[in-house]
Amino acid sequence: MTAPFGRRLCEVSENRASGGYRLFSLIDEEGPEPEPGQFYMLASEQHWEQRSQRPLLPRALSVAEATPLTSSLTANSAAKDEVSDGLRLDFLIEGIGPGTDRLCELREGEGVWVNGPLGNTFSPPRELSAGAAGAILVGGGIGIAPLALLRRNFAAQNIPTRVLLGFRDAAHSGGLDDLFACCEVRLASDDGHAGHHGYVTDLLASMLAGDDASSAAVYACGPPPMLDAVGSMCLAAGVACELAMESPMACGYGACFGCAVPKPGGGYLRLCVDGPVVRAGEVETAHA
Amino acid sequence: MPDFCGIELRHEVINASGTFDAIAARRVYGDTLLERFPFSAFVSKTITPEARVGNQPQRIWETPAGMINSIGLPNKGLAGFLAEDLPQLAELPVPLIVSVMATGRDEFARLVTAVGERPEVAAMELNVSCPNVHSGLIVGEQPAETEALLEALRPLTEKPLIVKLTPNVADPAAVAVAAAQGGADAVSLINTLKASAIDPATGQPGIAAGHGGLSGPAVRPVAIAQVRAVAAAVDVPIVGMGGISSGADGLEFLAAGATLVAVGTENFRDPRAGDRVAGEIAGAFEAARSGSLSRRHS
Repeated sequence: MTAPFGRRLCEVSENRASGGYRLFSLIDEEGPEPEPGQFYMLASEQHWEQRSQRPLLPRALSVAEATPLTSSLTANSAAKDEVSDGLRLDFLIEGIGPGTDRLCELREGEGVWVNGPLGNTFSPPRELSAGAAGAILVGGGIGIAPLALLRRNFAAQNIPTRVLLGFRDAAHSGGLDDLFACCEVRLASDDGHAGHHGYVTDLLASMLAGDDASSAAVYACGPPPMLDAVGSMCLAAGVACELAMESPMACGYGACFGCAVPKPGGGYLRLCVDGPVVRAGEVETAHA
Repeated sequence: MPDFCGIELRHEVINASGTFDAIAARRVYGDTLLERFPFSAFVSKTITPEARVGNQPQRIWETPAGMINSIGLPNKGLAGFLAEDLPQLAELPVPLIVSVMATGRDEFARLVTAVGERPEVAAMELNVSCPNVHSGLIVGEQPAETEALLEALRPLTEKPLIVKLTPNVADPAAVAVAAAQGGADAVSLINTLKASAIDPATGQPGIAAGHGGLSGPAVRPVAIAQVRAVAAAVDVPIVGMGGISSGADGLEFLAAGATLVAVGTENFRDPRAGDRVAGEIAGAFEAARSGSLSRRHS
């Protein structure tokens, strides 16, 4: 299912604190349901380029949850007469510059220009037999967002899934209660404020040391050093691994060639149309 | 219906080379792209004789009301373009203009000959002004070099040749005059302005190459001045561009002397920007015809 051609105006339905991050929701009445890992280019309708002449370009945000909205027709209450009111799209965000700061301030009822869903998605684990280790989701910081939709998607397919999440400190963490309330999560934190005192990759290392690990598939999203570490560990252990990456992106649909990521043999991927999900080893480094 | 070098176009708005990849966009948006194609002609990304992978990242940097880019002309080279890209671009519902660039006259001649003989191609744009590739600077900065290049290429094809002018010269009109004297059918301007910005986090340029080309609304007044200067100096049609994001912006360029206008950076914000700008221009023309446009002095 392709994205609607062009950008469309969607309304903000909610924006609230989620730990140290913000979680905001948009009502998308036009677009198809996104796949896990896909992203949208977002820009507020008002006060986008007007303030200090930045931001100008839309910002790429992975979708964290997509919930179909329906309402019953009043004339007939039969369930099959429910009509679609579109999707509620949830985005987890941390203000780190003029664009993300503006998106953090969005208020209910404001308009947001939306282009998407864009990009590719994760592939399911190849090994799905009864004894298989299933999926291991590894998230770091704001990078936990696309893993929420992936976890829900795998749960719907009865794919066994374990979730490992790491955060720098309490101020740089969030989304847990809102996006992962439903399931067991193993936590790590750099400062020891929650879970294992150390990196989330420590948790992954012990998990991969288990004797069923060869049938596992690892899905990671987080800061580049974490992605590089996860990719190396999985390549060394012979475990299938996909990384959801980020790079500077002006357009999101292959036009600007800004999001180039080096491939190991030379040349570049365009992360917007060749990613944002790549196989470990498909890129030289996650440091875009 | 504007006529541009004998090519009849649906409206005045085309794309700036390198700001819209119709092949990638069709993968993303499907055939709706063809049904609602935003431009009245499509200008390809620049092709070079041999394939290029492009520059090392970081390639783009947002600046006040603009952005700097240093992409480095990634493309499949002439053979790859003809075999893989041209058949797909031929499916677009509008005339195709192929942008070409080479480091020497012989190589330029090879490109113009090979591309010009393809029936899918309506016209060619000669990239003599891209500030990201060292070789691009030389010809486009020198009126004599530009005229000599055109004299060499002009006999090789009957198709229109458009010269893309660089704004990074003291007198772009002198280069435009030389291009027209050499046989150019049209000129397009402006290409990006040489620019740099420092990343406050590192103290180093935000662009890995150290500098790049500035585009977006920030460059529009510079572009308007250059289009006016060129329009006063040559009789060939002008494709005006530089920070166009609305019909009002496009009308500025038409008033300054452009025959067509091109949308560039705004495509990144809005994939259908070309269509929107064209609609707004048509609306303004219609309003002027019906006499409802009040005179404003602001």
